[in-house]
Amino acid sequence: MTDVSVTRASDLGGLANPARPLSPIDVGAYDDATLRHFLTLLFRIRFAEEKVGELVERGLAKAPCHLGIGQEAVAVGVSAALNARDRVFGGHRSHSHYLALGGDVYKLLAEVLGKLDGTSRGMGGSMHLYGRELGFYGSVPLVGATIPLAVGAGIAAQMEGQGAVGVCYFGDGATEEGVFHESMNLASAMRLPVLFVCENNLFSSHLDINLRQPSDRIGRYGDAHVVNTRSVDGNDTVAVAKAANELVTHARNGGGPGLLEAVTFRHRGHVGPKEDIDVGVRRRQSDIDAWKRVDPIPRLISALRDANRMTAGEIAQLEQSVRKEIDEAATRAEAAAYPEERALLDLVYIGGASK
Amino acid sequence: MTVRATYGEAIRLGFEYLMERYSNVFCIGQGLWSPWYVGNSMTDLDHKFGRHRVIDTPVSELACTGAAVGASLCGYRAIVIHPRMDFMVLAADPIINQAAKWSHMLGGQAAPAVTVRAIINRGGEQGAQHSQALHSWFAHIPGLRVVMPATVQDARDLLISAVLCDDPVMYIDDRWLYDLSEDLPDVVERDLRSEKPRVLRSGKDVTLVGSSYSTLLCQQAAVELEKQGIDAEVIDLRVLNPLDTTSVVESVAKTGRLVAVDGGWRTAGLAGEVIARVSESLGRFKSRPIRVTLPDAPAPTSKPLEAIYYPDSQRVIEAVQETLAVAR
Ligand SMILES: Cc1ncc(C[n+]2csc(CCOP(=O)(O)OP(=O)(O)O)c2C)c(N)n1
Ligand SMILES: [Mg+2]
Repeated sequence: MTDVSVTRASDLGGLANPARPLSPIDVGAYDDATLRHFLTLLFRIRFAEEKVGELVERGLAKAPCHLGIGQEAVAVGVSAALNARDRVFGGHRSHSHYLALGGDVYKLLAEVLGKLDGTSRGMGGSMHLYGRELGFYGSVPLVGATIPLAVGAGIAAQMEGQGAVGVCYFGDGATEEGVFHESMNLASAMRLPVLFVCENNLFSSHLDINLRQPSDRIGRYGDAHVVNTRSVDGNDTVAVAKAANELVTHARNGGGPGLLEAVTFRHRGHVGPKEDIDVGVRRRQSDIDAWKRVDPIPRLISALRDANRMTAGEIAQLEQSVRKEIDEAATRAEAAAYPEERALLDLVYIGGASK
Repeated sequence: MTVRATYGEAIRLGFEYLMERYSNVFCIGQGLWSPWYVGNSMTDLDHKFGRHRVIDTPVSELACTGAAVGASLCGYRAIVIHPRMDFMVLAADPIINQAAKWSHMLGGQAAPAVTVRAIINRGGEQGAQHSQALHSWFAHIPGLRVVMPATVQDARDLLISAVLCDDPVMYIDDRWLYDLSEDLPDVVERDLRSEKPRVLRSGKDVTLVGSSYSTLLCQQAAVELEKQGIDAEVIDLRVLNPLDTTSVVESVAKTGRLVAVDGGWRTAGLAGEVIARVSESLGRFKSRPIRVTLPDAPAPTSKPLEAIYYPDSQRVIEAVQETLAVAR
């Protein structure tokens, strides 16, 4: 098996090093209900994705499923800065982006299984999600494809003048596509209300960012395009929420776009449920172990306990009730109906049958 | 000396042949250091020839393709690999506006001898953006040669001809063919300009025309049809652009019936082009020609919809039966 390894000094410094000394998550700025909401979402995303992994292993979900287990804090933190008027776009690894906006687990799992009740009526599967009622305007797996769409949402928001923002999530790999730079420049030149969220997990499929770019710090592109930029610990829900809130507030007030670089790591391989393999290339177990040490969920839990915001009993109860919700959703999704055959032609053009 | 190989292995043999003999050949594309992106078609080439000649890249289809075109204007024979044809759409400019135009627009003084390898990788409920077969689109572009191997030997030999050709060539292979296996003779370098469609099986009742995986469907259908007493001729197009349909016209002149099979969409597609060309040459058919294609819809992900989306050999058989049902 091929081994692709690299060593180079990191421009991200500690953020890219999971073995760094950790400062405790500072929950002081948030009330109990918000913090409980954060933890609920983290649990929901984690367990829903573990369920997706099971569906893949059981052969029920055939389409490629990209799990973001380990990266949940990014979507939870960013979503805390958004409201119902904002428009959010995702990519291939977007289960968390959908769920963090309040997405329904049953609809997600039904979509993963290609069922009519799914977010995209069973036509898209894991890689093509939709939830307009949540402000989730769509996720697609063509890398970088939704970045300019969020800029378009920024144009719409600027024209409407209601203070909304366009948001796109993408990975470090997507910044290697030309369209990312065109989009950043356009948004910056037009001072558009757009939040660019880069989940920098230091990998694009099997390739370490240091094999693809001369620096591991995506934030440098913000400097180049004169975009307000924050590079944060993507495994710290509160740090993400604060930085996203600053950038979004600035954008809503006409200050132009923001780039949020959230440094994180996926516990699973690029596609599918396995930990040890990225598209056929073995992953370094030491990386996975080190990043599990900074898993966003236990980190938030210990902060909540240390600050006496939730008791161990409350946390255990919450965990159990989310697990139950996911199990029930999965059972229902497995039993749900597929779309009818006529959908194949009926949906080619919006609003009904094509000839 | 013959060697047994699968279609995937034959592609790899083609790369090996080229890289061993031609020091100006190099490969660039996403996933070339991973065994999954391109199946078994390039396994360990990076180790054998070095990672300076087998380059895995950032997620930058446009830059990598443009760079391959540029290096090819500077004496190299670059092969840019797109593990999935859908993603190659991001590289449309260097292929369509640059590589294909250079010779004509600069008075025939320069052309990039670049090979753009595009892989069709569909099925598996992957859906609309991970399933496309866009060969008809590219065959529409004058100046861009387009080849599509259907057989194991062509998988190797058309790659070699493509890379050694002085024009830009798009070489399109299909993951659904990778397990075909065949005995291969030694390589004989062939000038791509004289490669034409090939009659793979002769018959007198009906002409089946395909390319790539569709050719396999035609061959499978022919075997079944023979059991029903129907004698089908199968022609594999191989080279989609420039397209030479002489052998197809000759065949239909004999059989009087034509079924054109294509893995692309129906409208403005390859199957329609084949029927148009034959119609322009022949005044009369024994029955109207039929095309078997994808429906004009994006690929679905849902299991039951995917099951009806892709044509299979049964669909080809039914089309043949339809042409025969009409008064003989
Ligand atoms: C245009 C395009 N090129 C290539 C791919 C194949 N691909 C899918 S995901 C991916 C990795 C992207 O990495 P990154 O943007 O860092 O996101 P991550 O997977 O790390 O979340 C690649 C190369 C694609 N889907 N689309
Ligand atoms: Mg990444």
